[in-house]
Amino acid sequence: MILAEDPTLQTFENDVWWIVLIKLLGVFVVLLLLTLFTINYERKVVARMAVRPGPNQVGPKGWLQSLTDGVKLPFKEEIIPKTADKVVYFIAPVISAMCAFTAFAVIPFGPVVTMFGQRTALQLTDVPVSVLIVLACASIGIYGIVLAGWASGSTYPLLGGLRSSAQMISYEVAMGLSFVAVFMTAGSMSTSEIVKAQAGGDPQEIFGMEVTAPSWYAVLLLPSFVIYCISAVGETNRAPFDLPEAESELVGGFHTEYSSFKFALFFLAEYINMITVSAICTTLFLGGWRAPAPITTIWAGANSGYWPLMWWLVKVLILLFGFIWLRATLPRLRYDQFMRFGWKVLIPVNLVWILFLAGVRVINDEASRGTRIILIVGIATVVLLIALLWPSAKKAPQLSVEEQIQARPQGSFPVPPLDLQVPPSPRARRAVAERAPATVGGDSRGDEPADKEV
Amino acid sequence: MTATVLAAEAAGRVSAGEAWAFWILGALAVVGALGMVLARNAVHSALWLVVTMLCLGFFYVINAAPFLGAVQIIVYTGAIMMLFLFVLMLVGRDASDSLIETLRGQRVVAVLLGLGFAGLVATGLGRALDGTTAVGLTEANAPGNVQAIAGLLFSRYVLAFEITSALLITAAVGAMVLAHVERGKEDRSDQVERMRQRFAPGSYPAPKAGPGVYANTMSVAVPARLPDGSQSERSISKILPQRELTAPEAAPKGTEK
Repeated sequence: MILAEDPTLQTFENDVWWIVLIKLLGVFVVLLLLTLFTINYERKVVARMAVRPGPNQVGPKGWLQSLTDGVKLPFKEEIIPKTADKVVYFIAPVISAMCAFTAFAVIPFGPVVTMFGQRTALQLTDVPVSVLIVLACASIGIYGIVLAGWASGSTYPLLGGLRSSAQMISYEVAMGLSFVAVFMTAGSMSTSEIVKAQAGGDPQEIFGMEVTAPSWYAVLLLPSFVIYCISAVGETNRAPFDLPEAESELVGGFHTEYSSFKFALFFLAEYINMITVSAICTTLFLGGWRAPAPITTIWAGANSGYWPLMWWLVKVLILLFGFIWLRATLPRLRYDQFMRFGWKVLIPVNLVWILFLAGVRVINDEASRGTRIILIVGIATVVLLIALLWPSAKKAPQLSVEEQIQARPQGSFPVPPLDLQVPPSPRARRAVAERAPATVGGDSRGDEPADKEV
Repeated sequence: MTATVLAAEAAGRVSAGEAWAFWILGALAVVGALGMVLARNAVHSALWLVVTMLCLGFFYVINAAPFLGAVQIIVYTGAIMMLFLFVLMLVGRDASDSLIETLRGQRVVAVLLGLGFAGLVATGLGRALDGTTAVGLTEANAPGNVQAIAGLLFSRYVLAFEITSALLITAAVGAMVLAHVERGKEDRSDQVERMRQRFAPGSYPAPKAGPGVYANTMSVAVPARLPDGSQSERSISKILPQRELTAPEAAPKGTEK
């Protein structure tokens, strides 16, 4: 068995034009199929979690439901509001869908394979800054949502659009910062290089012991991974962060006034974005298309040929399951809490973590062994001292219920006394007494209606 | 584009693809700039500027500066223009230009000042780049595009970089200080205070009657009826215009056979 061959940037420059076209078509088809699948997957999983059948009518076990929905949508009546800005109203869904598709161009699906006699990588293209391309696509994609909200000429969509722009820009900052740790560790911003860097852990010497660091950045850079996962949910407008389209507050959010094919494009873009952030997470943190660790020791060819496509798909589907699980479990956050969480928790934590990681790298690379130990011990002492000497918040005195009632200001809402005995309602007693003879079989308890608590 | 042209001359050739991309993107960038100036609607203006910025981003990528191109799109197009758009949308969608000049002769002065500024930038750049010899993109990108930029940014231009960031932070903090309103503890109303206000004379403590109650329609535009049969105007939203159906609207549509 030949081992997996990692593509270099040169591999992509050598691609013949028709191979590029085939790969382009392949990415397009994969995205459409995955979207159709994900919609059904989501509906079925959510249904299962809510103990109901979910879609089960169209096709085998209901798996063609999203296909029929997709075919139906473009043929529905298109309603354009009178106050809409026609041109922008038309462009907005196109921007949204286009950016969603474009971001997938740099996702690696697999190693170099032989396709129609040509050696080519299972990835449309790669550039030295491909992860930044994904971020650029995401930031242009926000325009689709914002412009849709504005161009509809209606209040709810405008509010939804403004919310989404604020939300997505804030969470894009956290997301971009969580990439920084990956860039520093992998030494590259190209997706194929990052997958390659996660191929095997390099042995590190810690206190004289040879320790192999885990190769997946999800383990090695756990804080970045966690922050990425949270900000990815915010970035894709999914529950519990689905404030731009909060049904209970904004009807449908930015796409309230959209119908027919234009709505279908937004729908498509949302699901593709979900798949994209899962694929990015797979690439950056979960080792990309490579098989998980124990599999390769048993089966050496797991990473060769077209097999990696399967590992990639499995990882992406597991991450998508996470999205669906969140949606089925968590209630929506309040907007101000959500923004505070993004700016005051995720970003500062991320910055401190990057600083720490950079420090560790500098110590590892440059300091001699003696300085290294002194530095590590010194930092640990400082951190411990800060943790020990940090002024703890003054505990609020525990008031008893009586004291709390006493402390209430004059004119507060009247509360009943704590030892209030509510006498049984005479009407209830009568009702029980009248009902009692109707008991059929068993012991009759109609004799002591007064004991009945109603 | 001076640097590009110089670099291209240093390389000795401009490939056909690069020339095509330049003429198409360049024309598009100019169209975007003109559209930005000429568009009546402020949001349309901003969108034209987005087109120009995207073209500039692509230019950077074509000129072997992929990092700069990506950053241009992420930071300028994605974040800064988005904030502009944010403000413009909040201002209102009908805020198009008024044609009345409030400042006399401001157009002439604006054109003159614009030309003067362009001349200033052009001569400044020309003098700065006069003695510079182009080394070519291959040499500039020798350690890798990102690494080369990082090397320059954090060694030779580190002071300029830090001063710029200090300027930006000062501006941001200043804006926050100007816009922030500190609310004291005494301004916050507690439950008792809110309850007093609710039951104060002149305010109606119970919830408003829902629209359409006791009426023969479910429309939100129909006022609710009070127990005495009169209509409660406060049950319908103020933004809904009161209107009667016109004769053609009330006439049968011919859909029922």
